[in-house]
Amino acid sequence: MQRFADLLDSLGTTQSRKRKIALLVAYFRTTGDPDRGWALAALAEGLPLRLPLRRTLLELMAERIDPVLYKLSRDYVGDTAETVSLLWPEKSQNAPPPNLDEVVAGVSGVTAAKFRPLLSGYLDRLDVSGRFALLKLLGGAPRVGVSSRLAKTAIAEAFDRDVAEIEEVWHALAPPYGNLFTWLVGAAPRPDTTHVAVFRPLMLAHPIEEKDLEALDPAAIYAEWKWDGIRVQLSAAGDDVRLFSRTGDDISVAFPEISAAFHGHQAVVDGELLVIRKGQIAPFNDLQQRLNRKVVGPKLKRDYPAHVRLYDMLIDGDDDLRNQPLSVRRARLIAWHVRTAPALSDVSSLVAFGDFTSLGRIWAGTRDAGIEGLMLKQKSSHYLAGRPKGYWWKWKRAPLTVDCVLMYAQRGSGKRSSFYSDYTFGVWRVTADRTRELVPVGKAYSGFTDAELKDLDRWVRAYTTERFGPVRAVAPGLVLEVAFDAVHKSARHKSGVAMRFPRVHRIRWDKPADEADTLDTIVALIA
Amino acid sequence: MQKKATGQNLAANSPVPTSPEAWLHPSPNGLYCAAGKFHIDPHSPVERAIITHGHSDHARSGHGAVLATPETIEIMKVRYGANAARRFEPQTYGVTTNIGGVLLKLVPAGHILGSAQVVLEWQGQRIVVSGDYKRETDPTCAPFELAHCDVFVTEATFALPVFRHGPADKEARKLIASLGGQPDRTHLLGVYGLGKCQRMIALLRAEGYDAPIYLHGALVALCELYQRMGIELGDLRPASGAKGEPLPGALVLAPPSALADRWSQRFADPVTAFASGWMQVRGRVRQRGVELPLVVSDHADWPDLVDTCLATGASEIWVTHGRDDALVHELGKRGQHARALALVGFEDEDD
Ligand SMILES: [Zn+2]
Ligand SMILES: [Zn+2]
Repeated sequence: MQRFADLLDSLGTTQSRKRKIALLVAYFRTTGDPDRGWALAALAEGLPLRLPLRRTLLELMAERIDPVLYKLSRDYVGDTAETVSLLWPEKSQNAPPPNLDEVVAGVSGVTAAKFRPLLSGYLDRLDVSGRFALLKLLGGAPRVGVSSRLAKTAIAEAFDRDVAEIEEVWHALAPPYGNLFTWLVGAAPRPDTTHVAVFRPLMLAHPIEEKDLEALDPAAIYAEWKWDGIRVQLSAAGDDVRLFSRTGDDISVAFPEISAAFHGHQAVVDGELLVIRKGQIAPFNDLQQRLNRKVVGPKLKRDYPAHVRLYDMLIDGDDDLRNQPLSVRRARLIAWHVRTAPALSDVSSLVAFGDFTSLGRIWAGTRDAGIEGLMLKQKSSHYLAGRPKGYWWKWKRAPLTVDCVLMYAQRGSGKRSSFYSDYTFGVWRVTADRTRELVPVGKAYSGFTDAELKDLDRWVRAYTTERFGPVRAVAPGLVLEVAFDAVHKSARHKSGVAMRFPRVHRIRWDKPADEADTLDTIVALIA
Repeated sequence: MQKKATGQNLAANSPVPTSPEAWLHPSPNGLYCAAGKFHIDPHSPVERAIITHGHSDHARSGHGAVLATPETIEIMKVRYGANAARRFEPQTYGVTTNIGGVLLKLVPAGHILGSAQVVLEWQGQRIVVSGDYKRETDPTCAPFELAHCDVFVTEATFALPVFRHGPADKEARKLIASLGGQPDRTHLLGVYGLGKCQRMIALLRAEGYDAPIYLHGALVALCELYQRMGIELGDLRPASGAKGEPLPGALVLAPPSALADRWSQRFADPVTAFASGWMQVRGRVRQRGVELPLVVSDHADWPDLVDTCLATGASEIWVTHGRDDALVHELGKRGQHARALALVGFEDEDD
C-alpha cells in the first residue's frame, strides 16, 4: 500500500504527462503481482467494489472524533477520504500495512457489518498517505489525472511494447490482469482474445501537403468524404458487441441502439458515428449531447438518433483483413453489409474524380452539411495501427478566421504555470443603446510559439485591469486572429455562438482593437 | 516612564480581585492594556506598542514607542527603516519592567527569531499574550517557554484536528532527495520571507546540504540579518546575481508571490516546492500548483495548541486569530473556559 500511496501522492502533484508516465513506468516495473494489477485497475477505470464506504466511514468517525470537530474539518478539507486520513488516530502497532491484494480480497463480497471492522483494521495499520490511498482505492476513482489511455501507454513503455499491443488485448482482460503481466514479462503466451469484442488500434491519416499531392497517382487513390462526427470502431463477437472511441475507450453504454443493431455479428468495422435526422447529418453539437451519458432514455434516442457510416472492415468472421489492401477490404465491407444488413448503418460512398484539380473543384462545389473534409487513401494500403506515413491523408478545408480582441488570460498548468497562456477573446457587438461592447466568443490555448507566448505573457501583465485568482482581465488592446473549424449556435454562451477548435492563428500586434470583427461576421459563418 | 522592577514576586497566588477584561481587552486597534496604557501588536499606529514578533501583521510601522526583543527591533528596522517607530525600547527575554504598575516580561515563543510571549501581571493577576508560537524545536530561534497564568491569549492559525505536523527535518530530507533525483531541474522553494526562509536553510544545512542556496532579492536582507545575529546559513547567493542563468540542479528560495511571477520563467524546468503548514491539505497544494509540498509550520499544530492551553493552567483562554471555533469547542469540552476575541487585521500566516 505504501508504494501505491507514494504513487498517488506524486501523480497528484505532477502536471506533465511525460512525468506522470515516468512515475507509472517505475511503479509497474518494480511492483509485484497482483498488486500492480489492482493499482492499474484502480487508476485506469476504478475498482467496481460497491462498498458502503461513506456510511461506514461516518460510523467509524463518530466513535473516534467529536462530531463538531469532524464537521469543521470536513468543511475545511473538502474531501471525506482526505479528512478521515488526517483525523484517524495514529496507532503504534507491529502489524505491517496491508498490501493491495489483501485489501481487495478482504473486502470483496463482504457484508456491511463485516466491512466495518475490516476497514478500521486496515486504517489502523496505515499512515496518513496510506489511509488516503486505501480510501481512494475502495472509493472507486482516485482522480489523479490518469486516463485509461495514459495507463496503457505507461504499461507499454514499462515493458517495451507498442501501446497498440496492449490495446488489442485490453478488453479481453479483467483486474488484476495477471495474464497481462505474465505475458509482458515473457512468462506466458499472449492472452486469448477470441470470443471477446476487443479493440483493434485504428489507422489514422496525415494532413496533406501540396508536395504529397504532386507525388500521388490519382488512379491509385480512393477519395471519400470525412464526415463530421466521431471516429469509432464497432467490434462484434456474437453476444459481445462494443463501440470504441478512437483511443479505445468503450463508449457502448452511451449508444445502446448501435450495439443492439450489430448484435450477433462476427466483425470489426471502422466508421464515423453521427446523429442523422431525416437523412440529414446533424451538427456535431447534437452528437455531443449523446457522449458521456451513463443512462440513455428513449427521449434522447429519439431526439438524437445515432447512426454509423462505415469506412473500412478489419475483421470479417474469422478472417483478419488488416493485411489485405484497402480495395479488397472495401469490397468485403460492401458484400458483408449487403448480406447482413445491420440497422442504423450504411457504407460511406467514394467520391469519383479524374485528377486532383477536378477533385478540388468537386469539393469546392459541395455544400452538404456534415462534411469535415476529404480523405485520400492508397487503394493498396494495408490497415496499419497508428499514423503510418504515406498511405492515408486528410484534406481539410482552409480554416475560418476572424479577428478577435483579447479579454481575459489565465495562467496555464505544468510548464506553463508561470505564464498567462489560456486566452479568452471576444468580438464587438452593438448594444441596444448603439454603443459597442466586447462579447466573449471563445478560448484558445495553442497556435503560438514559445517566443510568442513570452510576448503575450508580458503584454497581459502590462495591460491587466483586474485580477480574479489565476485570471486577469486585460484592457481591449490586442487583436488575435483566431482560426477555427466551424461555428454553431449555442444557448450556453452569452454570445450565442460556439467555435469548434479555436486556436491563435496570428497575433495582430499591428491592428487596432477597434478594427476587430463583429459578432455579425461570426454569425454569418454558421454552417 | 518605565522602571526596572526588582524583587517583585511574579507568582500569582493572590485571589482574583477583578475580571481580567477590566485591564486587558480588545480595542479597535487590537489588544489594549488599560492599566498600562499600551497596545499589543496593534494594527494601526498607537502611542505605545508591545510587539510580539516581526511578522507584518503583528509589527507595523508608525508607532510612538515600541517595546520588543532586540531581535524583533532589528527585524523591524530592516523591514521598515530605522525610523519605523519614534522610539525603540529593546527588552531581552526574562527581564521584567514596570509600565504604569503593570509588570511586563518577554519570554520566548519559539515562532521566529526574536518572537516573544508577553507576560503581564497586575494586581495579582497574570495574563500571557503568546503572539504566534510553536512547540517544535527550530534551529533559528529560542524554544518556547511555558508560562503559567490566569488567562492565556493564544493564536489559532492551525486549530483544526487535521493539522498534525510531522518533524520538519524529515521534510528537509525529502527536498534534498528530490534535488538529488532531478539534477536537470531547478528547485524553486516558496517560503515566507521572515522565519520560514531561514529555518528551511538551517534545516537543510543541518542535514548536510552544503551547496550554494540562491535567494530571490526580497529574501536577502533578512537572511543577512539572521547571519549577523549569529545564525549559520552557509553559502547564500543572490539569484539575481546569476542573471538569466537557468541554474539547473540548484535550489532557489523565493517568496510565494514570486513562484508564479515572470521572475521564475528563466529557471530550468523548475520543480515548484512550497514549505508551509498548509501543505498538509491537498486542496491547498493543488490551488498553488505545487509539485513538491513540504509540511513545515512555524505555528503550533492542533495537539500542541490544545496541550499548551491546558498546560498553562489558565482558567480562561482567549483566542485571537485563526480558526477559533474548533479550539474554543475542544477546550470547552475539556473544562477550560475559552472564548474568541475575533481580533481583526491578522492574516492567515505561514503562507
Ligand atoms: Zn507570525
Ligand atoms: Zn500571526
